Amino acid sequence: MIFLTRKAEFSSAHYYWNESWSPEENLRVFGKCANRNGHGHNYTLEVTVSGSVDRTSGFVVDLKELKDILEREVVSVYDHRHLNLEVPEFKAMVPTTENIAIAIWQRLDNKIPHAKLHRVRVYEMPDLFADYYGER
Amino acid sequence: MKAHLSRRYHFSASHRLHTEAYDSAQNLAIFGKCNNPYGHGHNYTVQVTFSGQVDAATGMVCNLAELDAFAQTNLLARFDHTNLNTLDYVLRYTGSSRTLPRLIWSGFMSRRPAITHLTTPARRHQRRA
Repeated sequence: MIFLTRKAEFSSAHYYWNESWSPEENLRVFGKCANRNGHGHNYTLEVTVSGSVDRTSGFVVDLKELKDILEREVVSVYDHRHLNLEVPEFKAMVPTTENIAIAIWQRLDNKIPHAKLHRVRVYEMPDLFADYYGER
Repeated sequence: MKAHLSRRYHFSASHRLHTEAYDSAQNLAIFGKCNNPYGHGHNYTVQVTFSGQVDAATGMVCNLAELDAFAQTNLLARFDHTNLNTLDYVLRYTGSSRTLPRLIWSGFMSRRPAITHLTTPARRHQRRA
Protein backbone atom coordinates (compact mmCIF):
# COMPACT_ATOMS: atom_id res chain seq x y z
CA MET A 1 0.00 0.00 0.00
CA ILE A 2 1.38 3.38 -1.02
CA PHE A 3 0.03 6.82 -0.22
CA LEU A 4 0.45 9.39 -2.96
CA THR A 5 -0.19 13.10 -2.45
CA ARG A 6 -0.80 15.68 -5.14
CA LYS A 7 -1.00 19.42 -4.55
CA ALA A 8 -3.09 21.98 -6.35
CA GLU A 9 -3.77 25.64 -5.70
CA PHE A 10 -6.75 27.90 -6.08
CA SER A 11 -7.53 31.47 -5.08
CA SER A 12 -11.04 32.30 -4.03
CA ALA A 13 -13.17 34.85 -2.24
CA HIS A 14 -15.60 34.00 0.54
CA TYR A 15 -17.32 35.22 3.66
CA TYR A 16 -18.82 33.47 6.68
CA TRP A 17 -22.52 34.06 7.18
CA ASN A 18 -25.46 32.05 8.51
CA GLU A 19 -28.72 33.36 7.00
CA SER A 20 -30.77 32.08 9.91
CA TRP A 21 -28.94 34.36 12.36
CA SER A 22 -29.16 38.10 12.93
CA PRO A 23 -26.32 40.30 11.61
CA GLU A 24 -25.21 40.85 15.22
CA GLU A 25 -24.97 37.12 15.87
CA ASN A 26 -23.04 36.57 12.63
CA LEU A 27 -20.56 39.27 13.61
CA ARG A 28 -20.22 37.89 17.12
CA VAL A 29 -19.47 34.34 15.94
CA PHE A 30 -17.56 34.96 12.71
CA GLY A 31 -15.85 38.29 13.47
CA LYS A 32 -14.07 39.87 10.51
CA CYS A 33 -14.85 36.80 8.36
CA ALA A 34 -18.49 38.00 8.34
CA ASN A 35 -17.70 41.05 6.19
CA ARG A 36 -20.33 40.71 3.44
CA ASN A 37 -18.02 42.27 0.87
CA GLY A 38 -15.94 39.14 1.19
CA HIS A 39 -12.23 38.53 1.45
CA GLY A 40 -9.92 36.01 -0.19
CA HIS A 41 -7.19 33.44 0.24
CA ASN A 42 -4.64 31.51 -1.76
CA TYR A 43 -5.68 27.98 -0.90
CA THR A 44 -3.43 24.95 -1.19
CA LEU A 45 -5.11 21.61 -1.68
CA GLU A 46 -3.39 18.31 -0.90
CA VAL A 47 -5.16 15.19 -2.07
CA THR A 48 -3.81 11.88 -0.82
CA VAL A 49 -4.82 8.62 -2.47
CA SER A 50 -3.88 5.10 -1.49
CA GLY A 51 -3.46 1.98 -3.56
CA SER A 52 -1.11 -0.64 -4.87
CA VAL A 53 1.73 0.16 -7.19
CA ASP A 54 1.01 -1.12 -10.69
CA ARG A 55 3.84 -3.49 -11.67
CA THR A 56 4.05 -2.28 -15.21
CA SER A 57 3.71 1.47 -14.80
CA GLY A 58 5.11 1.84 -11.26
CA PHE A 59 2.16 4.14 -10.52
CA VAL A 60 -0.45 4.09 -7.79
CA VAL A 61 -2.32 6.47 -10.02
CA ASP A 62 -1.32 8.26 -13.18
CA LEU A 63 -0.19 11.66 -11.87
CA LYS A 64 -1.16 13.44 -15.04
CA GLU A 65 -4.61 11.91 -14.82
CA LEU A 66 -4.90 12.89 -11.14
CA LYS A 67 -3.81 16.43 -11.98
CA ASP A 68 -6.47 16.59 -14.70
CA ILE A 69 -9.15 15.31 -12.30
CA LEU A 70 -8.22 17.93 -9.67
CA GLU A 71 -8.28 20.60 -12.34
CA ARG A 72 -11.65 19.50 -13.72
CA GLU A 73 -13.46 18.74 -10.46
CA VAL A 74 -12.04 21.41 -8.15
CA VAL A 75 -9.69 24.06 -9.51
CA SER A 76 -11.79 25.01 -12.55
CA VAL A 77 -14.81 25.40 -10.25
CA TYR A 78 -13.17 27.20 -7.30
CA ASP A 79 -10.25 29.20 -8.73
CA HIS A 80 -10.84 32.94 -9.03
CA ARG A 81 -14.43 32.48 -7.92
CA HIS A 82 -16.51 33.71 -5.02
CA LEU A 83 -17.30 30.51 -3.14
CA ASN A 84 -20.53 31.77 -1.52
CA LEU A 85 -21.94 33.29 -4.70
CA GLU A 86 -20.66 31.04 -7.47
CA VAL A 87 -20.13 27.52 -6.13
CA PRO A 88 -23.34 25.54 -5.62
CA GLU A 89 -22.41 23.60 -2.46
CA PHE A 90 -21.75 26.83 -0.54
CA LYS A 91 -25.16 28.38 -1.22
CA ALA A 92 -26.39 26.72 1.97
CA MET A 93 -23.12 25.85 3.72
CA VAL A 94 -20.57 28.22 5.25
CA PRO A 95 -17.33 27.94 3.21
CA THR A 96 -15.05 27.34 6.18
CA THR A 97 -11.80 25.45 5.67
CA GLU A 98 -13.46 22.37 7.19
CA ASN A 99 -16.44 22.53 4.82
CA ILE A 100 -14.22 23.18 1.80
CA ALA A 101 -12.27 20.00 2.63
CA ILE A 102 -15.52 18.03 2.93
CA ALA A 103 -16.90 19.50 -0.30
CA ILE A 104 -13.72 18.65 -2.21
CA TRP A 105 -13.85 15.09 -0.87
CA GLN A 106 -17.40 14.78 -2.18
CA ARG A 107 -16.34 16.15 -5.56
CA LEU A 108 -13.46 13.66 -5.85
CA ASP A 109 -14.91 10.54 -4.23
CA ASN A 110 -15.11 7.66 -6.77
CA LYS A 111 -13.62 9.84 -9.49
CA ILE A 112 -10.03 8.60 -9.22
CA PRO A 113 -9.40 5.34 -11.09
CA HIS A 114 -7.41 2.53 -9.46
CA ALA A 115 -6.91 4.38 -6.16
CA LYS A 116 -8.83 5.11 -2.99
CA LEU A 117 -9.25 8.63 -1.72
CA HIS A 118 -7.49 8.76 1.66
CA ARG A 119 -7.33 12.37 2.79
CA VAL A 120 -8.23 15.84 1.63
CA ARG A 121 -6.20 18.60 3.27
CA VAL A 122 -6.99 22.24 2.57
CA TYR A 123 -4.65 25.01 3.66
CA GLU A 124 -6.37 28.38 3.94
CA MET A 125 -2.93 29.74 4.81
CA PRO A 126 0.32 28.05 5.81
CA ASP A 127 -0.61 28.11 9.51
CA LEU A 128 -4.21 26.93 9.17
CA PHE A 129 -5.50 23.77 7.55
CA ALA A 130 -8.31 21.22 7.74
CA ASP A 131 -8.20 17.47 7.10
CA TYR A 132 -11.09 15.24 6.07
CA TYR A 133 -10.85 11.47 5.77
CA GLY A 134 -14.43 10.73 4.75
CA GLU A 135 -16.89 9.10 7.10
CA ARG A 136 -15.25 5.99 8.50
CA MET B 1 -19.09 14.99 9.40
CA LYS B 2 -15.91 14.68 11.41
CA ALA B 3 -13.00 16.89 10.37
CA HIS B 4 -9.67 17.96 11.83
CA LEU B 5 -8.58 21.58 12.13
CA SER B 6 -4.91 22.37 12.59
CA ARG B 7 -3.38 25.67 13.57
CA ARG B 8 0.28 26.65 13.89
CA TYR B 9 1.68 29.24 16.27
CA HIS B 10 5.23 30.52 16.49
CA PHE B 11 7.27 31.73 19.42
CA SER B 12 10.93 32.38 20.12
CA ALA B 13 12.52 31.66 23.45
CA SER B 14 15.80 30.87 25.14
CA HIS B 15 16.52 27.99 27.46
CA ARG B 16 19.20 25.86 29.02
CA LEU B 17 18.96 22.14 29.62
CA HIS B 18 20.13 21.49 33.13
CA THR B 19 18.96 19.54 36.16
CA GLU B 20 19.96 19.94 39.78
CA ALA B 21 19.75 16.18 40.10
CA TYR B 22 23.15 15.87 38.42
CA ASP B 23 26.48 17.53 39.01
CA SER B 24 28.09 19.82 36.42
CA ALA B 25 30.03 17.04 34.69
CA GLN B 26 26.95 14.83 34.40
CA ASN B 27 24.85 17.72 33.08
CA LEU B 28 27.46 18.44 30.45
CA ALA B 29 27.75 14.78 29.52
CA ILE B 30 24.00 14.37 29.07
CA PHE B 31 22.93 17.72 27.63
CA GLY B 32 26.10 18.67 25.76
CA LYS B 33 26.07 22.15 24.22
CA CYS B 34 22.47 22.59 25.37
CA ASN B 35 23.91 22.83 28.89
CA ASN B 36 25.76 26.09 28.10
CA PRO B 37 25.26 28.14 31.28
CA TYR B 38 24.42 31.26 29.28
CA GLY B 39 21.58 29.56 27.47
CA HIS B 40 20.67 29.52 23.79
CA GLY B 41 17.48 30.06 21.81
CA HIS B 42 15.14 28.61 19.24
CA ASN B 43 12.25 29.56 17.02
CA TYR B 44 9.50 27.14 18.03
CA THR B 45 6.46 26.10 16.05
CA VAL B 46 3.47 24.75 17.95
CA GLN B 47 0.97 22.81 15.86
CA VAL B 48 -2.33 21.91 17.50
CA THR B 49 -5.06 19.80 15.90
CA PHE B 50 -8.68 19.69 16.99
CA SER B 51 -11.07 16.97 15.86
CA GLY B 52 -14.81 16.85 15.99
CA GLN B 53 -18.08 17.11 14.15
CA VAL B 54 -18.34 20.14 11.91
CA ASP B 55 -21.08 22.28 13.42
CA ALA B 56 -23.92 22.58 10.91
CA ALA B 57 -24.57 26.23 11.75
CA THR B 58 -21.00 27.53 11.79
CA GLY B 59 -19.20 25.05 9.54
CA MET B 60 -16.48 24.83 12.19
CA VAL B 61 -14.86 22.21 14.38
CA CYS B 62 -13.91 24.99 16.76
CA ASN B 63 -14.10 28.77 16.55
CA LEU B 64 -10.80 30.05 15.17
CA ALA B 65 -11.10 33.56 16.61
CA GLU B 66 -11.65 32.10 20.09
CA LEU B 67 -8.78 29.67 19.62
CA ASP B 68 -6.40 32.42 18.48
CA ALA B 69 -7.40 34.61 21.43
CA PHE B 70 -6.81 31.70 23.79
CA ALA B 71 -3.41 30.96 22.21
CA GLN B 72 -2.41 34.62 22.39
CA THR B 73 -3.12 34.78 26.12
CA ASN B 74 -2.09 31.32 27.20
CA LEU B 75 0.70 30.41 24.80
CA LEU B 76 2.30 33.36 23.03
CA ALA B 77 2.09 35.90 25.84
CA ARG B 78 3.58 33.35 28.23
CA PHE B 79 6.38 31.96 26.07
CA ASP B 80 7.33 34.36 23.28
CA HIS B 81 10.62 36.20 23.82
CA THR B 82 11.13 34.72 27.26
CA ASN B 83 13.80 32.67 28.92
CA LEU B 84 11.96 29.40 29.58
CA ASN B 85 14.16 28.62 32.57
CA THR B 86 12.82 31.68 34.39
CA LEU B 87 9.19 30.59 34.12
CA ASP B 88 7.89 28.74 37.17
CA TYR B 89 5.38 26.69 35.20
CA VAL B 90 8.11 25.55 32.85
CA LEU B 91 10.62 24.85 35.60
CA ARG B 92 8.21 22.34 37.09
CA TYR B 93 9.10 20.43 33.95
CA THR B 94 12.76 20.60 32.95
CA GLY B 95 12.63 23.22 30.24
CA SER B 96 13.41 20.53 27.70
CA SER B 97 11.64 20.69 24.36
CA ARG B 98 10.59 17.11 24.96
CA THR B 99 8.42 18.14 27.88
CA LEU B 100 7.13 21.41 26.43
CA PRO B 101 4.50 19.64 24.30
CA ARG B 102 3.01 18.07 27.43
CA LEU B 103 2.83 21.46 29.12
CA ILE B 104 1.29 23.13 26.07
CA TRP B 105 -1.16 20.22 25.63
CA SER B 106 -2.32 20.74 29.22
CA GLY B 107 -2.83 24.45 28.53
CA PHE B 108 -5.00 23.85 25.49
CA MET B 109 -6.93 21.05 27.17
CA SER B 110 -7.86 23.45 29.98
CA ARG B 111 -9.97 25.22 27.38
CA ARG B 112 -12.48 22.39 27.23
CA PRO B 113 -15.35 22.04 26.53
CA ALA B 114 -15.01 24.75 23.88
CA ILE B 115 -12.44 22.53 22.23
CA THR B 116 -13.99 19.15 21.80
CA HIS B 117 -11.00 16.92 21.32
CA LEU B 118 -7.32 17.66 21.01
CA THR B 119 -5.84 14.89 18.92
CA THR B 120 -2.18 15.56 18.42
CA PRO B 121 0.43 16.75 20.84
CA ALA B 122 1.79 20.18 20.16
CA ARG B 123 4.83 19.80 17.99
CA ARG B 124 7.98 21.74 18.15
CA HIS B 125 10.57 22.50 15.59
CA GLN B 126 13.95 23.60 16.71
CA ARG B 127 16.51 25.10 14.49
CA ARG B 128 19.52 22.99 15.15
CA ALA B 129 22.98 24.44 15.05
